[in-house]
Amino acid sequence: MAARALINVPKTAKRGAVIEIKTLISHVMETGYRHSTEGQAVPRDIITSFSCRYNGEEIFATTLYPAIAANPFVTFHTVATESGTLAFHWIGDNGFEVTEEAKIVVE
Amino acid sequence: MQRLIITRREALIIGGMTVAAGALPTLGVASTPGQAETAIRKLVGEAEIRKGKVKLDLPPLVENGNTVPMTVSVESPMTQTDHVKAIHVFNEKNPQANVISAQLGPRCGKATVSTRIRLAGTQKLTAIAEMSDGTYWSDSQEVIVTLAACLEDLI
Repeated sequence: MAARALINVPKTAKRGAVIEIKTLISHVMETGYRHSTEGQAVPRDIITSFSCRYNGEEIFATTLYPAIAANPFVTFHTVATESGTLAFHWIGDNGFEVTEEAKIVVE
Repeated sequence: MQRLIITRREALIIGGMTVAAGALPTLGVASTPGQAETAIRKLVGEAEIRKGKVKLDLPPLVENGNTVPMTVSVESPMTQTDHVKAIHVFNEKNPQANVISAQLGPRCGKATVSTRIRLAGTQKLTAIAEMSDGTYWSDSQEVIVTLAACLEDLI
């Protein structure tokens, strides 16, 4: 299951500055409440959790529900403390798992 | 004498009503205002929920309930001793009362979270912020939805 993830993190930031992080991942987010034309329920297939680690420490985590639109878009903020890696992790139904990384240089 | 011939416009209205009625069962069990309240109580317990500090930003009128931009921001210095621990959003009419739950910490710097959500009809949304001192703050907003998310075409 190749899911395309887009992450927007500033490449450089001033130490102590609050930066905005935007993330978008391609996923149908099938609610499990819809029915096919034959009347059969379409099984749920959603991303259930998303988290972000800054140099290994978890700074932000979310639990997603079927009420999140397809191709989940989540933005949040963090304080640029040190140069390093931001690791993004999505987990979903049917063994869905995607990890992405972004580098940041803090001056 | 009464007119018996159905005009084109009337035929379209009747047709539209039939389609709408046929689509209704796909909504399934919709969560009700009561269910949203139950979900909130389950989260906060007996704690008091105060109005303020939280700002739930949603467009007042939405054309397509399948993707509605939503921003929740909470006034907080986001320090080690005084920060927002979590933000939860609840709805009244979707099949499930929860919309999103986000866990934040002092390292967030700013307690603002944005996402895009689905809305099955005109309803009120409530955002609850859980602070590090154990207090709960909330904000609610009414959203008018012209095309509900659950009434989309069958697949």
